Amino acid sequence: MMAQIQKNNDRLDLAPKKFNMWIFIFTSFMFFAALTSGFIVYSGGRGHGLNVIMPDAFKYSTAVIIISSITLFLASRAAKQLQFAKQRLFLWLTFALGVAFFAIQVYAWYVLTYKMNVYLTDPNASRSFVYIFTGMHLLHIIAAILLLLNTLAGTYKNIPQVRNLFKMEMTSIFWHFLGIIWIYLYVFLLLNQN
Amino acid sequence: MSTLAVHDHGVAHHDDHGHEHHHNQSFLSKYVFSMDHKMIAKQFLITGITMAVIAMILSILFRIQLAYPDKTFPLLTTLLGRFAPNGRISADFYLSLVTIHGTIMVFFVLTAGLSGTFANLLIPLQVGARDMASPFMNMLSYWFFFMASVVMLSSFLVQKGPASGGWTIYPPLSALPKAMPGSGEGMTLWLISMVMFVASSLMGGINYVSTVLNMRTKGMDLWKMPLTIWALFLTAILGILAFPVLVAGVVLLIFDRSFGTSFYLSDIVLNGVQQPYEGGSPILFQHLFWFLGHPEVYIVIMPAMGISSEVMSVNSRKPIFGYHAMVYSLIGITVLSFIVWGHHMFVTGMNPFLGGVFMITTLIIAVPSAVKTFNWLATLWRGNIRFTPAMLFAIGMVSFFISGGLTGIFLGNAALDINLHDTYFVVAHFHLVMGSAAIFGMLAGVYHWFPKMFGKMMDEKLGYLHFWLTFIGAYLVFFPMHFMGLDGVPRRYYAFTEFVSMQRWLTVNTFITWAAIMAACAQVAFLYNFITSIFIGKKATQNPWEANTLEWTTPVEHLHGNWPGEIPTVYRWPYDYSKPGAEEDYIPQTVPFSQTMSSNQAHDFEDNPKGLEELNKFNSTLKANEQVK
Repeated sequence: MMAQIQKNNDRLDLAPKKFNMWIFIFTSFMFFAALTSGFIVYSGGRGHGLNVIMPDAFKYSTAVIIISSITLFLASRAAKQLQFAKQRLFLWLTFALGVAFFAIQVYAWYVLTYKMNVYLTDPNASRSFVYIFTGMHLLHIIAAILLLLNTLAGTYKNIPQVRNLFKMEMTSIFWHFLGIIWIYLYVFLLLNQN
Repeated sequence: MSTLAVHDHGVAHHDDHGHEHHHNQSFLSKYVFSMDHKMIAKQFLITGITMAVIAMILSILFRIQLAYPDKTFPLLTTLLGRFAPNGRISADFYLSLVTIHGTIMVFFVLTAGLSGTFANLLIPLQVGARDMASPFMNMLSYWFFFMASVVMLSSFLVQKGPASGGWTIYPPLSALPKAMPGSGEGMTLWLISMVMFVASSLMGGINYVSTVLNMRTKGMDLWKMPLTIWALFLTAILGILAFPVLVAGVVLLIFDRSFGTSFYLSDIVLNGVQQPYEGGSPILFQHLFWFLGHPEVYIVIMPAMGISSEVMSVNSRKPIFGYHAMVYSLIGITVLSFIVWGHHMFVTGMNPFLGGVFMITTLIIAVPSAVKTFNWLATLWRGNIRFTPAMLFAIGMVSFFISGGLTGIFLGNAALDINLHDTYFVVAHFHLVMGSAAIFGMLAGVYHWFPKMFGKMMDEKLGYLHFWLTFIGAYLVFFPMHFMGLDGVPRRYYAFTEFVSMQRWLTVNTFITWAAIMAACAQVAFLYNFITSIFIGKKATQNPWEANTLEWTTPVEHLHGNWPGEIPTVYRWPYDYSKPGAEEDYIPQTVPFSQTMSSNQAHDFEDNPKGLEELNKFNSTLKANEQVK
């Protein structure tokens, strides 16, 4: 009997799964580090600077993603305090901000292409990199939004609090990381825009 | 009797007769979509062996072309159809063969087949865990690998044949679908396959690292882990850091291929037509590729090193020589592997000063490599060696690692590389040091842990036959290539008949081909042994090699959850073989020091003053008794 209890405790151990998320964050970080290093090698080696002033839309999207991190933090706090209605509200808010971020980034592409004549298929590939950075980041954002919806669905299904908190934590790690990555990419672009 | 159990995955069946692991599993959930790490390991192994056989057949096909460039073999046309018109393999298909041979061997056999098999099998069993951190992700990892294999092989079915730009897929050949026949759909399938492969590797690697760091049993601190675990753990870290960089490179390549960007393309004229690409840098791809590519060769060799260390210690009945040095050298190799990628690019017009830097970092890798080699030899020194097939393969691995590693010193030299790059010297070097060595490490692992995987023993006589034919065959194939390379014979060429200076190497090529055919035939002995032993092999005992590590404390019959009762506690390091004063020549990790008073040494209690006190008391009592006598 004791063996059985111990065995099932082994199975329920969620800490290694959370650790998995941290390692995944690492792989994702390496991916963006590789892209930005590629940019440096390219623009340094070929002598092509970016020479594009980043559109204002990026400022707004940066603000939106920071606010979404705050709302997600409030949702986590509400979940810990067993205020599930509040948790749901903040999760929905985060979701809306995530979608808004996505929309603003796409709008930024529109501005870049149609207003500023900076194209994806530019002979100066430094400029193509702007689209790759944002596009790859948006792919991650889609994944994060799906993860968020999964957590949100959990709150309607009355799952055990342990799992609810676990899901909240997994979502938070990923979401905050994506915010940080975006700030990294944006600052990187700002530093290299001349 | 109340049951205080919360199941994670909906299987709520347990009875009260002590058979608590008897889940009612369907065929599908037991053998196909299994989440049990031992079954996933077997899936990886069998898929890996299948891919290895396919890659070997491909190599025999192109060896036939190299040996008999002027002869026709109508059988080839029958077998390969449009790829071998008029009884000769076409030039394009020849390039496809070397490309896919390389891709399958490096990624599908020696990365997934090797790490996938032994990390899955050994990590939970040797650190004392019920399963991986996330069994579901582990299952996904296998099925992504399987799909990647299917897609890679399916490229043989498209009209223009598989990718043919070499396993390194340098642009512009890989970036322009019209560059050569294999750059079309074949290249697209290659890219799809590799994206799935990377996903599989990352899911696997994340699990391995997380399991090693979080799920070790009581007493299993990092310095009590077997070297297999250290090697597989560091391999997984390499994969996690390196594969995302390959993905970044491939993403840019896909944009160049399909969306009209020019990251890698510039100034290209195709069939007399100026292409619209401008400003790209093909060297950028090489940087991104080799930032993965060099760690990749250590991803291939490090599990083989770990397996050989373990097998050699067990079969020498001696502790591994320099356990800490072995671990630190693995860590050294891991760190250094990220700062040497430039040695693949010495002749790309790299700044000579930068080449010098990469040369120095490359040659520094010789230090940890030599540490490992000396430690293996010192482990063998004066051991009670048991020449099991696994032991022979482990020793063979060391032999190949030495003879292949020595030529690395020449190739790592930026000046000498101007002469040697892209010749058969390179082919000889990496086939010995990472190809043959890693395959031998993998085979050592298969022979050694076959009883654990299938509960049966493999036939020893066939194992010896397999070893000697393969060992001799591999040297006969790759050793002559050094001389061809020194004479400037370039790799990847379809035929050397047009070059007067290289015609004299034709007889050597014929010799190599026959040696390769012999070595390939030897693998039949292995396959026969492997398959028949699963069904009619001698039943294995629980600990057939009298080894110390935890996996041999599990029952022969596989259980979901590995140990029937509690997970055993670990008290000592895994290499207490032939300890003076002990009753037997091995002391499993689960035996506490209190049960082995006669063999305890002062250094067993370095961080345990109480134990040391007990030891001194025991020894003084012993002395007192002696004096009374």
